Amino acid sequence: MDTVTTETETGTLIVGAGEAGLGIAVALRNAGYTAPVTITGLEADPPYQRPPLSKEFLAGEMDEENLLLRADDFYQDKDLRLLTNAHIEDIVLDEDSAGGTATTSAGHAIHFDGLALATGASPRRLPVPGGDLDGVCYLRDIPDARRLRTLLPGATRVVVVGGGYIGLEAAAVARGRGLDVTVVETFDRLLQRVAAPPISEFFRTAHEKRGAKVLLGASVTALRGSAGSVSGVELSDGMVLPADLVIIGIGVEPRIELAQKLGLDCGRGIIVDDAARTSNPAIVAAGDCTMQPHPLYPTESICLESVQNAADQAKVAAASLMDGPRPERAVPWFWSNQADIRLQIAGLSMGFDDYVIRGEPGTEQFTVLYYRDGRLIAADAVNNPHDFMAVKRALAKGATIDPTDAHNTGLPLKTLIREI
Amino acid sequence: MPKIILRSPDGNTHTVDARVGASVMETAVKHGVPGIVAECGGALSCATCHVYVSDSCLERAGAAEDFEDEMLDDATSERRPNSRLSCQIRMSDELDGLEVEIAPEQ
Ligand SMILES: Cc1cc2nc3c(=O)[nH]c(=O)nc-3n(C[C@H](O)[C@H](O)[C@H](O)COP(=O)(O)OP(=O)(O)OC[C@H]3O[C@@H](n4cnc5c(N)ncnc54)[C@H](O)[C@@H]3O)c2cc1C
Ligand code: FES
Repeated sequence: MDTVTTETETGTLIVGAGEAGLGIAVALRNAGYTAPVTITGLEADPPYQRPPLSKEFLAGEMDEENLLLRADDFYQDKDLRLLTNAHIEDIVLDEDSAGGTATTSAGHAIHFDGLALATGASPRRLPVPGGDLDGVCYLRDIPDARRLRTLLPGATRVVVVGGGYIGLEAAAVARGRGLDVTVVETFDRLLQRVAAPPISEFFRTAHEKRGAKVLLGASVTALRGSAGSVSGVELSDGMVLPADLVIIGIGVEPRIELAQKLGLDCGRGIIVDDAARTSNPAIVAAGDCTMQPHPLYPTESICLESVQNAADQAKVAAASLMDGPRPERAVPWFWSNQADIRLQIAGLSMGFDDYVIRGEPGTEQFTVLYYRDGRLIAADAVNNPHDFMAVKRALAKGATIDPTDAHNTGLPLKTLIREI
Repeated sequence: MPKIILRSPDGNTHTVDARVGASVMETAVKHGVPGIVAECGGALSCATCHVYVSDSCLERAGAAEDFEDEMLDDATSERRPNSRLSCQIRMSDELDGLEVEIAPEQ
């Protein structure tokens, strides 16, 4: 497009209209910020929830309206300017202030005097031939989920590439429809990156029990097709799994392009401190796009992909934009619903050196507590909300639960919480 | 559209129109009614959408299922016989005029 319009209003520009971008805008208004706030998102939809895309929405239990995080009039009431279909392509900073000018791909210029990056992440692409065949799907946004929802009824054999949460959730939905489902995972266990072996083993058994096949240590070398549509998944040992629908869930890449153009320090994500400030302290960033200090082990940098992190970091980012005190950080937590299994995770288990299994995995109700240097750092609770809540509370207080008693299901976990 | 009447911890009463099939939590959050946090967005995982259903509506709203019941045991605000997680109450025409009080702490 060659028309260039120039906005005269300044205020804060938030790039990215997801959970984090919306969270920053709401937190600014809640803190009494009265200048203009513009949220720009490159998607067509206003801010919405992603978690149901691989769960209730995919299963047809929710519609698109249910996904939206706010009603239209909320944005008017809070005087938030929401621009959808607005891809910020470039940002030029002023030399003498914290402000600058952003340009959308349509050539629209937006001036700002405060900038927040909440650009999220995009799904990692499977680098094999055949990735562009019909019937090969990723699952990150509403158009992806809509497409998958329309393909599922006509599918018979589904191969899910990647045994992480999103892949397993989608596998459970497909299997729930009675389809033939195979999960292919490169590592020798499911959820390898995020959970202890007993949790991996539990989910393998649980999915197999419900009729899915799980192939571990198997890597995909090509997607085969006929007449433009996917027909099979070829593995490194030469085996070909017949498939008419392939769902790929092999992780995400934080979107750091704009931050790099702005010269901000980036690792895997945009590097921020515990106040959500980037290497240019006038610019904040929040959500999936960031890489931040571990809350308990600050010399370690981590990328978190969760709603809770996006929402919490957004509040911190808004406080930093207003030069206010940093709000107390909440305990990281996460959930995953697969068929009738509810997994709730409190804390961050990465770096654990010990774990305790509480309860019998075979009953599909148990908890794994994770320890590092003898200190409780996280728990994965399977169909066990009391344990989840107890660990979340212990972590919020900076307390621990003695590993020698933790396995005893006769003792409620909340009675075992001890100060460190 | 069925209406929901919510009393916020700040003492204000909000009357909002609900879409049939939307939960009480979803309706309140979308319209910016203060007090409900709903960290998990309705996945029955966070217990930060705790409400007290007014006695006159209790029967119509129904009872909590097992998982919700266990989550409510550990909710931040006191659990009462009329406690519910508002993401688990789906609006229907029969629930028109539902009155709930949002729990003070989530
Ligand atoms: C299928 C699925 C299931 C999930 N399940 C769970 C779950 O059960 N529990 C949980 O806690 N988390 C879950 N997550 C993760 C969670 O949804 C994310 O962590 C969260 O949405 C991150 O929010 P965000 O705002 O940081 O990023 P995003 O939601 O990715 O939002 C960023 C937005 O910015 C836009 N954008 C990027 N660059 C630009 C630009 N230059 N200009 C304009 N706009 C731009 C993007 O298009 C995007 O809309 C799930 C994610 C998916 C995809
Ligand atoms: S919104 Fe999380 S349990 Fe209701």
